[in-house]
Amino acid sequence: MSTTRPETVQDDNKPAKQPTLLRRALRTTTTKVGMVLTLIVLITAFAGPLLSPHSPTEFVGAPYASAGTSGVFGTDNLGRDVFSRFLHGGWTLMMLAIAATAIGVGLGALVGVVAAYVRGWVDEMLMRGGDVALAFPQIVLALLFLSIIGPKLWLLVLMVAVGHLPRTARVVRGAAVSVVERDFVKAAEAVGIARWRIVLGEIVPNITGTLAVEFGLRLTYSIGLVAGLSFLGLGQQPPAADWGLMINENRIALTVQPWAVALPVLAIAILTVGTNLVTDGLARASVGSDKGVEQ
Amino acid sequence: MSDAAAPATTSNPASTPAPALVVDDLKIIGIPSRAAIIEAIMLEVRPGEILGVVGESGSGKTTLGLALLNYCKQATQVDGGHIFVGDQELAGLSWRAVRRLRGQAVTYIPQSPASAINPALRIRTQLKECLSGTERTVMHRVRELLREVALPDDDDFLARYPHQLSGGQQQRIAIAMAFAARPALIVLDEPTTGLDVSTQAHVLETIREMCKTYSCAAVYISHDMAVVAELADRIAVMYSGRIVEMGDTAEVLAASQHPYTARLLLAVPDLEANRPMVGIPGHAPSPMARPTGCSFSPRCPLADDHCRSAVPPETETTPGHTVRCFKAGQQLPPVVTPPPLESWDSAKEPVLVIHGLQAGYGGAAVLENIDLSVQAGECVALLGESGSGKTTLARCIAGLHSGFTGELTLVGEPLARSSFKRTQEQRRRIQYIFQNPYESLNPRRTVRELILQVVHAVRGKVANSEAVVQEALAHASLRPDHADRYPDQLSGGERQRVAIARALATEPDVLICDEITSALDVSVQSSLVELLRGLQAEMGLTLVFITHNIALVRNIAQQVAVLEAGRIVEHGTVEQVFADPQHPYTVSLMESTPNFQLPDGLYTPTPPSEDPTG
Repeated sequence: MSTTRPETVQDDNKPAKQPTLLRRALRTTTTKVGMVLTLIVLITAFAGPLLSPHSPTEFVGAPYASAGTSGVFGTDNLGRDVFSRFLHGGWTLMMLAIAATAIGVGLGALVGVVAAYVRGWVDEMLMRGGDVALAFPQIVLALLFLSIIGPKLWLLVLMVAVGHLPRTARVVRGAAVSVVERDFVKAAEAVGIARWRIVLGEIVPNITGTLAVEFGLRLTYSIGLVAGLSFLGLGQQPPAADWGLMINENRIALTVQPWAVALPVLAIAILTVGTNLVTDGLARASVGSDKGVEQ
Repeated sequence: MSDAAAPATTSNPASTPAPALVVDDLKIIGIPSRAAIIEAIMLEVRPGEILGVVGESGSGKTTLGLALLNYCKQATQVDGGHIFVGDQELAGLSWRAVRRLRGQAVTYIPQSPASAINPALRIRTQLKECLSGTERTVMHRVRELLREVALPDDDDFLARYPHQLSGGQQQRIAIAMAFAARPALIVLDEPTTGLDVSTQAHVLETIREMCKTYSCAAVYISHDMAVVAELADRIAVMYSGRIVEMGDTAEVLAASQHPYTARLLLAVPDLEANRPMVGIPGHAPSPMARPTGCSFSPRCPLADDHCRSAVPPETETTPGHTVRCFKAGQQLPPVVTPPPLESWDSAKEPVLVIHGLQAGYGGAAVLENIDLSVQAGECVALLGESGSGKTTLARCIAGLHSGFTGELTLVGEPLARSSFKRTQEQRRRIQYIFQNPYESLNPRRTVRELILQVVHAVRGKVANSEAVVQEALAHASLRPDHADRYPDQLSGGERQRVAIARALATEPDVLICDEITSALDVSVQSSLVELLRGLQAEMGLTLVFITHNIALVRNIAQQVAVLEAGRIVEHGTVEQVFADPQHPYTVSLMESTPNFQLPDGLYTPTPPSEDPTG
C-alpha cells in the first residue's frame, strides 16, 4: 500500500503531465554539460562545411606550415588548410555513426522484443545466435569483413551495426520480458489485437527509456569505431576530409604541426564524453520513468 | 521514571504502565516540495495494547509506521515532533543505535511476507539471525517461538526454505522473527492483506496472543475496518496525514464522531447483506494538493464554509476519544438503499455453458470437471481462496489460457480455446477485467486511446468514436475530461473504472471481473460494487464475478460456485448456499470471515419507494 503515490486532485482540470524522458534527464547538471558538449561538436560537424575558409582539398601553403603562418591552424602533410579540413571532416563521421547506430539498435530492439514476446524455441535460437556473435570482439569482426571485401562505406556502417545488434537485443529482451508479463498485454490479446500491433503499440512504447539509453550508449561506441576504422584506412579514402583519416595522415608530424591531429582528436573526445554524459542522465531518469505500477 | 515503571509492568499489569510508545506532534514532510505528508500526530500505546491505524491509501499511515522505526522513505524527512519508544527518543540516534533499536526494541512486519523473508536462507538461519547467545539457548528459543506461532518445531521444518511454506506460514515466520527479541513495540503494516480469510483468522489470532504474552505494544496499520475492529484495543483513523478520530475500539465503532469514520464503516461489506455497501465518492488528496481547512471537506456531506476555511482542532468528546471535526457527532444524511437483487430465474436461456472443463499448467492439473452455466442478466460469483483455480477458470473463458480440455459454449456456439482463434464477434461478447488496474492499462495511452483500441479491435471502425468513448465513460461514472488523461494521472479506483468503461464500450454479453476490487481500498471497492450492480440492472449485463470475499458475493451475486482445489464443491443460489451451506469448506470459509456488524443508528434502511432525499 503506497502512501506517497502522486495523485491528481479530482477538481484539478489540468493534471500534471509526466515530463518527457529528455526533460527529466536535463534536470541534472551532468546531462546539461553533456548536451552542450555534444551540441558543440554536432554544430561544428554539420555547419562546418558552410563556414570553412577554403576547400578541403585546396593547397594553401607549404606542408606542415605552423599555425598562424598559413591559415588559423596551419597546413597538413600536403599543404592543405587544417581548419578547413577539420570543418569538413566531421560530417561523414557523424552520419556514418548515426546510421550504424540506428540500424543496429533498431534491428537489435526488434529481435529483442520478438524474442521476449514469442519465447520458446524462437527466443532460444535468437539469443543463442546472439551469444555466438558476441564472442567476436566488435572491431575484429569489422576488420575481418572490411579487409576481405574492401573499404566500402556501406559495409563499414553494416559491420558496426551488426556488432551492435546482439548487444542491443540482449538488453532490450531483458526490459521487454517484464512488460510482456503485464496484464495490459493480456488485455490486448483477449480482444484479439494482431500480435505485431501488440509488439509495436503495447510493448515498445513501454521500453522507450531503455531504447533511448541503448541508443546513446551505442552511438558513443559507433563514433569510436567509425573513427578508429577510418584511422586504419578502412573508412573514408584520401583525399576526402575525415577526422579519423586526418589523425592517420598527420600523426608522423605531431611535434611539428600538432593541430592537424589535436583538432580531430579533441572533437572526437568531446563528442564521446558528451554523448556518454547525456546517456548517463537518460539512464538515471528512465529508472524512475515507468512508475505506472506500484505494489 | 523508567525505573519506577519497569517493576510495575512485571508485578502488576492491571495498573497503568508507562506507555511503550509516545508520539508527540510528529510532522514528516516531502522533499523538495516541503508539503506535509503527516502532521500533528499524537499517539500513546501501552504495553500489551494494540492500536489500529485505519485509512485509505494516501492517508500517510505507512509513513507513520515507518517513522516509528526511525525510518523515512526516500524524499521524506521528519520536520518536528518527537517519538519515544520506552524512554528512548528516536530523533538524533546514531546509525549504530538505530540498528540496535530496530529488531530489538522496535520490530516490523511488512505487508508481503514473501518479500520480507530472504528466499535463500533456511527457516533456522532466518530465525537465528534475530537472536544472540549460545547455540543451545538460541535453538531453544527458536523452537519455543515456532510453537508459540503454532508451527511445527522439528528439525525437518527448520531446514525448509521460505518457498516451501504457504503464505500464512511465511507470515507466521515473520511474526516469530518480530517477537524473537521481545521488542517493546511492533509495527504491523497490513500483514494479512495478501492472505486468504481462513489464514488471516489464524494470523490475527497469533498476533493477538503474542502481544498479550509478551506485553508488547503493537501498531496495526490497515485499510480494512473489519480486521481492525476485530483485533485492536484502540483505533486511530487517519485521513490526509492527520489523525481525525481516535478512541477505544468499541467507542469509535459505536459512537463514531467524524463523518469520515462513519463513511468508512458504511463501506465495509456486510456479510449478511442486510445493508448496502456505500462507497466514499472521490479519493484522498495527495500531500501536494490538500484542500484548505478540513481535508475531508470536499467529500463530506456535512461540510460548510467554516469547514473549508479552518482546520478543525483536536477535541475530546469523551475521555480518551478525540476527534478533529467541527460537526462531530452530527447525524449523516441517510443512505439510499438500492433495489434488491433480482432473484434467479432458472427458466432463462443460459449464455455461457462450461461442461467438463479440465485445465492445468504443464503437467499439474489446476481445474477438474468444472460444470457451470450462466444465465443471461445474472451474476455468478466464483468464490475461492488463492490457488483454488478461480483465475485460471476465468482465463480459460476469456481465451487467455488455452491449456484446457472440455466444452465451452457461448449462446450455443462452441468457443475456441485461444482468443486469437475465436471470431471477432465472440471476442466482443466476452470481456475480461483484470485484478490490478495498475497493470492492466498501458501507461503510454490516454483513456480515449485505451477505449478506442478495444472498440476498433472487436467492433471494427465506428463512425461516432467520440460518442462511444463518452458513453462508456458515463456508464462507468467518469467525467468526460478523463478521456484525455493517462493512467498515471488517475487513482486506483478511477483506473478500475476506466477498465470497466473499456469493457462496456464493446457492448459485451458477459463481463468477467477477476478480483477487480482486491487491489483497492474498501471505500473504492464499495463504489465499484455499487456501479456494477447499477449496470447490471440497467443494461442487463451478465457478470462472472471472481472473488475471495464472501461479503462481496452476498452483495452482488445471485448464484455462487465455491471452488476448492480446482473443483466446484458447492453451487447454488446465494441465499441457499449461505443460509444452509452443505460442504465443510463453505462452512469454514464463512466462519473465518470477520462478521463486521455496524452499531445501530449508523445505518437506517430507507424504503426504496420513498423519496431518496427524505
